[in-house]
Amino acid sequence: MLHGMGFGGLLLLAFSGAMIQLYRIFSPDGASPLSIREQKLLRIYLVAMAVLAWGTVLSGAYLVYPWYRAHPPIGVTDLAAYPQRYLLASPTTAGWHNLGMEWKEHVAWFAPIALTMVAYVFIKYGSNLTRHRQIRNAAFAFALMAFIATAIAATLGALINKNAPVRGGTVIEFMEGTK
Amino acid sequence: MNPDQNRNEGGSEIPNGSAAAAILSAGVGCFCVSLFDLLGDAFPALGHFFNFYNPTGPLSGVTTSAILVWLALWAVLSRAWKIKTLPLGKINIATFLLIIAGLLLRFPPFGDWLQGR
Repeated sequence: MLHGMGFGGLLLLAFSGAMIQLYRIFSPDGASPLSIREQKLLRIYLVAMAVLAWGTVLSGAYLVYPWYRAHPPIGVTDLAAYPQRYLLASPTTAGWHNLGMEWKEHVAWFAPIALTMVAYVFIKYGSNLTRHRQIRNAAFAFALMAFIATAIAATLGALINKNAPVRGGTVIEFMEGTK
Repeated sequence: MNPDQNRNEGGSEIPNGSAAAAILSAGVGCFCVSLFDLLGDAFPALGHFFNFYNPTGPLSGVTTSAILVWLALWAVLSRAWKIKTLPLGKINIATFLLIIAGLLLRFPPFGDWLQGR
């Protein structure tokens, strides 16, 4: 919930607002420049998005992923509580891990790096961005790339979770035979 | 360098070095996530090295290492390019080639093909 619906869901929703505001200042004609108050708000908004992106990948990698990749103890035949093993157990579902999770778990990290860069550039250059076309283009492209990376990761995550839900629990066994 | 590259659209000199450092280092950081993972997959010894936190496995080391490379490169380039104006068009192209390469490297069918699987 925290990873997908909290951080990730909020981040995806936030992209629509950010892209519209960034387009306003990054559009070639600069037809509708932002007021100083709007620029301050956009700074806070972009920093919040970067924080959400970091929260999403860190909670995914360190809270959810350990449950996803947990190894079942010897003798356990019901793999429902071990999503990775459950998916890999059947050729019809193995692709969700081999293609879906393998791509998602890496591409998702592009978003926080890109959004941190966009937030930094906006804070550093502020209204001067209207005079730097190439920086504007790069920042807008990075924001778009962060959206695409987040959308890929979110879509694959939702589909994988539909096939093999990560339920979590209080006891996790990562390696056979370890305590 | 073409003197026009030192001028922004307003005609005054505003160094773009800080932005160039942030843009290029972000591209390198994204590429490193994929490169380190591919190397960890291809070489078991590296895979073990990247296993910084056992519950998360090699993903923990791959991403932590890529973030460290990104931040270190950003700090170095920021310092070196702070008051410079650079040909940002070329840096943008290099950055987006790195990102496309990063996206492709860890797209499983392509990554597996590179490793001969």
